[in-house]
This record gives sequence, C-alpha cells and structure tokens, in this order.
Amino acid sequence: MKPRRQFIAQSSALTLALTLQPATLFAQNANDSLDTLVRAYVGKATPTEGRVKLDVAPLVDNGNSVPVEITVQSPMTATDHVIGIALFNEKNPQHNVAEFTLNHRTGRARVATRIRLSTSQKLVAVAKMNDGRCFTHTVDVLVTLAACIEE
Amino acid sequence: MARALIALPPQIKIGDTIEIRALIQHPMETGYRRSNEGTMLTRNLIRKFTCQFEGVNGTAGTAETFFSANLHAAVAANPYLAFSFAVAEAGALLFTWSGDEGFSQSERRTLKII
Repeated sequence: MKPRRQFIAQSSALTLALTLQPATLFAQNANDSLDTLVRAYVGKATPTEGRVKLDVAPLVDNGNSVPVEITVQSPMTATDHVIGIALFNEKNPQHNVAEFTLNHRTGRARVATRIRLSTSQKLVAVAKMNDGRCFTHTVDVLVTLAACIEE
Repeated sequence: MARALIALPPQIKIGDTIEIRALIQHPMETGYRRSNEGTMLTRNLIRKFTCQFEGVNGTAGTAETFFSANLHAAVAANPYLAFSFAVAEAGALLFTWSGDEGFSQSERRTLKII
C-alpha cells in the first residue's frame, strides 16, 4: 500500500508544481517594471530624476518609427562625462530599446534615433556618469497607430 | 551590401564638436511578426554599432572607439543614429554594424579638415 500512496503524493505534488510554475513566471514578467530594468542597468547607484532629457513627441501617429532624442547635461571632459545612456520601454514585447556607450571623446552627450512603440506607454532614459551617479527621465507617450500590428 | 548613409559636416575645424548621422538599410525584423502566409518571420536584427576614430598620427589598426550602441527589436527599421565627436586631430571615422544572420558592414569616412 505504501508505494502507491507515496506515488500519489509525489505525483500530485509534481502536478501542483507544474501548474504553479507558469503562474509564478508570468507574475515575474508582470512585475518586470521599468524600475527593475533601471536598477539592473545602474547597478548599485541610486538613480535620481534630472539632468537627462528624453525628447519624444507626446502624441505619436505611427509607432513604427518614433524619433527620440536623449540629451544629458554634462561638460563631457575627461574628468566629468557620461559613460552610458540606456532607453527602456514599458509595454513592448521586449523592454530594452538600446544602450549607448560614450566617452569624453564623444564631445556632446546627445543621442538621437528612431524606435518602435507597440502601444501607449512610458519610456525611461537612464544616464550613467563616470563618477557613478545615475540620472533618469520618464516620459508618457500616446500612440495612435501601433507597431507590430500590420503585417 | 546594404546601403549606408553617413552625414558629416562638409568643413571641420580642429577643436569642433561635430554631429554625425548614420543610417543603414536593414529590416530590423523583430521576430514577433507573421508573413502573409502566416508563418513567423525569423528575427533578424542589427545588434551592435560602433564608431571608431583613426588619427592620422596613430598607427594603423589602433582605432579608438568613442561611441557604440547595442540595439534591440524596438529600434525602427533602417536604424538611424545621431551622435557627436570632438575632433582633436585629422583622421578618419570607421563605422561598423553587425548583427544576426552574419550581418557585418563597415564604412570609412575621412574627416574634411580645413
């Protein structure tokens, strides 16, 4: 009798584990908010608002190509410059947009590109300075025609 | 070879900070879309862009990277990047794009110093 009971107990535990796992995975994805992404990028530093400006139109007609510009207030000298700029989104299938690496030879802490947005969402730009400080800027955008919809 | 467009100022003075604009022809297929037949389109992205400076006085092959970018699916097709460079001496810029399906392309532009 014992092996059978054991088998039932084990198999039910296994079923429970299998049913629970996707749920916890999903919960993790849902919690994968902008905050955690920013924290993963900056490491131990505490990100503060300011000094970095994410310039994007508040109302976007076409999510397939959205011009964005990120400017950081920095003298860009050998002793005081920006070493990295990252851009994250909230609701695209992948939250990373791009990470840029700069040094004092870049001369100006300004980067512009064109991105895709799947829906109305938040965007956050993070700037990392050479002395370890980090700055962020969060922007809300409204998208009328989303990317990834049409074939 | 994909078509690459690189815009540099026509005349550069030593000490200037110039703006560089680079665009390359590429679909940046996200891997989330379906074709008209309903099959998933495989992901095909440019993952990495670097821009290096080769000074005329430096030895060949010792280019200095002053700007690089990691790109993801959220970058629009035909990736466009605008960034800057502080010109300290005459030389050339080396642009490199690399990505999925063995994509790799390099372009070289000499700075027009006056």
